[in-house]
Amino acid sequence: MTVHGLTLDIVQMVLVTIVAAATPLMIAALGELVAERAGVLNLGVEGMMVLGAAAGFAVAVETGSTFVGAVAGAGAGLALSALFGLLTVVLSANQVASGLAMTILGLGLSGLVGASYVGLKRDPAPHLALPGLTDLPGLGRLLFGQDGFVYLAFALAAGVSWFLWRTRAGLILRAIGDDHTATHALGLQVRRVRFRAVLFGGACAGLAGAYLSLSYTPFWAPAMTAGRGWIALALVVFASWRPFRVLAGALLFGGATVLQLNAQAAGLGLPGQALSALPYLATILALVLLSLGRRRGGSLAPAALGRVFTPHR
Amino acid sequence: MRIDLTPRTGRSALMDALSPILAFLAALVIGGLVVAALGRSPAAAFVTYFMAPLSEVWSLQEVAIKAAPLALIATGLAFCYRANIWNIGAEGQFVVGGLFGGWIGVAAHGIPGDPLWVLPLMLLVGTGAGMVYGLIPALLKVHLGVSEILTSLMLVYVAELLLDYMARGPLRDPAGFNFPQSVTFDDAAHLPYLMEGGTLHAGVALAVAVVVLATLVLGRTLFGFAVRVVGASPRAARFAGFGDARLTLAVFAVSGAAAGLAGISEVAGRIGQLQPSISPGYGFTAIIVAFLGRLSPMGILVAALVIALTTIGGEGAQIDLKLPLDLTRAFQGLLLALVLGADALSRYRVRFVPGATA
Repeated sequence: MTVHGLTLDIVQMVLVTIVAAATPLMIAALGELVAERAGVLNLGVEGMMVLGAAAGFAVAVETGSTFVGAVAGAGAGLALSALFGLLTVVLSANQVASGLAMTILGLGLSGLVGASYVGLKRDPAPHLALPGLTDLPGLGRLLFGQDGFVYLAFALAAGVSWFLWRTRAGLILRAIGDDHTATHALGLQVRRVRFRAVLFGGACAGLAGAYLSLSYTPFWAPAMTAGRGWIALALVVFASWRPFRVLAGALLFGGATVLQLNAQAAGLGLPGQALSALPYLATILALVLLSLGRRRGGSLAPAALGRVFTPHR
Repeated sequence: MRIDLTPRTGRSALMDALSPILAFLAALVIGGLVVAALGRSPAAAFVTYFMAPLSEVWSLQEVAIKAAPLALIATGLAFCYRANIWNIGAEGQFVVGGLFGGWIGVAAHGIPGDPLWVLPLMLLVGTGAGMVYGLIPALLKVHLGVSEILTSLMLVYVAELLLDYMARGPLRDPAGFNFPQSVTFDDAAHLPYLMEGGTLHAGVALAVAVVVLATLVLGRTLFGFAVRVVGASPRAARFAGFGDARLTLAVFAVSGAAAGLAGISEVAGRIGQLQPSISPGYGFTAIIVAFLGRLSPMGILVAALVIALTTIGGEGAQIDLKLPLDLTRAFQGLLLALVLGADALSRYRVRFVPGATA
């Protein structure tokens, strides 16, 4: 192989790992984006994600099918988000506190579900293999050799974008997120739309967790999400509630994660803890820079985000 | 089917007090079902979780020692949450308080004569460090409009990694056979024990004192009034001239300081040295305690004892019944969810309208 071909392959390898690190963030953040566009702040993403990881892995081990495992992971996130929706949308409970409850509950439940699966390892989710295309030097594995989760994440971004800005239902959802009182007065079904948006977000979070345990690692370890759910929440803000910016932001964060792992392996002289703290510090820095750049423009957040809605009839 | 919520006109004090108790009972029933599903006797589990820790002096002391940091942190958080400001990084403020306060303890190691200034200085530095760390998200929110929820949470991970680094690196005991921990504090850097031969340390008394102080501040001072008004009606608060920014800084300072004090009390009281990890998640559990106690300091004291009881009971259940510790965490999360749900039932009259749509 020529030197040129070798460097191309190394670049591709790095890009593939970046995409892999970015995928769970994309999936979870896109789900949360829809919920937040409808006006619901779900701080339970971390809990739904970790429960999805545990349930997804357990079901995949029992059935032997990665696909069934992924569906189960999404289902587990959906179930937990149904409880969240019941509390916040139906019973008008405080969204921040309810979300935190879901995170604590999800972490506990995932430990229970995953207890007997600690230490097991599965083959990672199958990767796409197209004869000819996947072997293309430099690009083949990046474009044509990913697993289903990665393609789904990109499709999800396109789908969410299309839904929110090209369909009537999406318009209604965004309107509800901006002003629940006016949309309610117009006869739109505020709580039903919000509940569905919450369910979608929960399913995405669960699926993102399932990606971690079925493809990224691929094994189950307690609390393996390690704050990715929170980073996904920050990504939504960072992306100013726009799907394609979520993709870009997730890739940036994926890059930072890969950089940190490589720096740790290379032993740059910095303590490992400092490098491990990077993604969290980067998140804070990103939020700060974002708001610095937006001093004049006002907030881009959905206007009713996090506010409790009680219909008076 | 449609579910209608009508705000209750006169909120009854009875319902307010009853709703967390009802939530607790509901959590007990669900927890019992889970225990049965795991193939253990719910009755035996109930005894292990809630009765056994109350039956012996040493375990009663353990409950109090666990309840103290929870009550301290949660009392601080109550100021934030009452004002609708969301500090969820108390865990980080706790860790930083323990780290910097403990640093004094490490530095004072070997000073002859057990000087009296060591312990007060540790408590002061720990409290101050927690306060400063808590002020970071507050300043970012006030000056740049960055969500305090995300920044305070991110800073938890940073604080944990910082402590991990310090305990394994610069502050490690050089004569400690490479164990990742600092020297054991001298007596002068130890919170005194309240009972001869017991484990109950002065940090518990400190926590009770802070709870009483917080009750007075919240109920009897202008600052406490401002906190309550901003939470109940932000618009009215603005008309009354209670500044948003100053209040945000103040409540973050209060809750950071409380968490920092809890951190240094834990280090100088129960642990007696710095270790890579000093908290089993007190800062997060305290969030449950704050809501379970209905954001009032006295309620929080009771809630902290209940949650500490389940934690000690959970450790017993792990040994006696082979029930996983995660069961306790799931139970606590469920309890918070049910408390929030029950709260809605006490605030609203819920009507089911069959046939109608949402």
